[in-house]
Amino acid sequence: MNTMLQARQHADVAALALEGTSFVHRGQPLLTDVSLRLEGCRRTLVMGPNGAGKSLLMRLAHGLLPPSRGRVRWEGAPPRQAMVFQRPVLLKRCALDNLTYALAVNGIPWRRRRRLAREALERFGLGELARRPARVLSGGEQQRLALARAWLLEPDMLFLDEPTSALDPAAIRAVEAAVDDFHRRGTRILMSTHDLHQARRLADEVIFLCDGRLLEQADAERFFSAPATPEAAAFLRGELVG
Amino acid sequence: MPVNDSENGMPQHDSALATALAMILELDPTLLGIVMLSLQVSLSAVLIAALLGLPLGAALALWRFPGRGVLIVALNALMGLPPVVAGLTVYLLLSRAGPLGEFGLLFSPGAMVVAQVMLVLPIIAALTRQQVEELHQEYHEQLHSLGLSRARMIPTLLWDARLGLLTVVLAGFGRASAEVGAVMIVGGNIEGVTRVMTTAIVLETSKGNLPLALGLGIVLLTLVALVNAAAHLLGETARRRLG
Repeated sequence: MNTMLQARQHADVAALALEGTSFVHRGQPLLTDVSLRLEGCRRTLVMGPNGAGKSLLMRLAHGLLPPSRGRVRWEGAPPRQAMVFQRPVLLKRCALDNLTYALAVNGIPWRRRRRLAREALERFGLGELARRPARVLSGGEQQRLALARAWLLEPDMLFLDEPTSALDPAAIRAVEAAVDDFHRRGTRILMSTHDLHQARRLADEVIFLCDGRLLEQADAERFFSAPATPEAAAFLRGELVG
Repeated sequence: MPVNDSENGMPQHDSALATALAMILELDPTLLGIVMLSLQVSLSAVLIAALLGLPLGAALALWRFPGRGVLIVALNALMGLPPVVAGLTVYLLLSRAGPLGEFGLLFSPGAMVVAQVMLVLPIIAALTRQQVEELHQEYHEQLHSLGLSRARMIPTLLWDARLGLLTVVLAGFGRASAEVGAVMIVGGNIEGVTRVMTTAIVLETSKGNLPLALGLGIVLLTLVALVNAAAHLLGETARRRLG
């Protein structure tokens, strides 16, 4: 599907750098001095115990929140981005209209919207549900619709904040397959999860957070076989950390 | 003395009710004229108040600025503005010596519309603010992620809050059609020109012309009941369908 931008060079997608990024809420430091760099079209999984700052990191990186200190910077032109949330936020319209809405916001001429939206619904197995109100779909269907919406935006970078945490195994499989599809299309992925097995299945690279600090950013293979910090090692053994 | 004097007591009320119903069923021209003018004035006022109040309330929900809290409190307080005070204010503005006197609106249906807009606008703006703010809480990350500016969020939020906002607008209509103080002062209750249901009921009751007063009362009550029933039904079915 080449819809918005033809012949994009994903290899050229600007790297995203967080430089000494901190976030303080009501005097409480929630993320402290995080520096990292995301490049290429890798699948980076953000891991860590509850309250480690995973969701916050995603929001800062995506630009939904400004950092209290430090910088979030694209090394080049900011690329096309999309985000899929833990609980999908869908508009009070039918599934199809949720997709055409996203296309309209992005300035796609109305003649093409419907066709593109139909294609995306089919692709994510929602073709039968086109005219169903989005908010009465099941949790898994809603998340697939959110993924279809992100798919239509043709992001160079996709953020997913614990997209499977409330889903059953079949729905989780569908989400993971979608993440693979995005990756194959050349989209850089940053996804948070609390599910170790999921991280093993998906990750090229792991970012490990604990208590609002970045403890590790490492290739997945290295991280899972030889974690560099005792916290990560304990987390991988399934112990309670943080 | 005859035991059953039909000129006094309950029997007269009975016949007043019968006459009232007859007037309604026969579409009595006086009654019909008054009802039509009432609808014209109140619907115009609600339309204008909605056109101003919906975007105003939404903007107030989305933007943070100094004095916002005061404005919200003031708006909420104005929801309870006594109609006679609204009427007096508009009277002073529109009277010959007033700042808007040159338009010669006083004692015209136009003046009544202005007065009712004053009563309905705070209701629509304040309740819209509440509803849109709630929805914005839920939507803002997603809409921000899609790249929408605040100004572009307003139509989306208003549309997605449409069920609640319909009730808000109907509450405004209820207020407009039921009030008597404001339209009495700025309209003057002139027969065939500015006489609406509520002012006519006041006048006819004081004159002792109970059939017309009662007939108008029944029409007014029915209208308000119908509007509310329609709102309820619409809201329920839509909620079931849209989730």
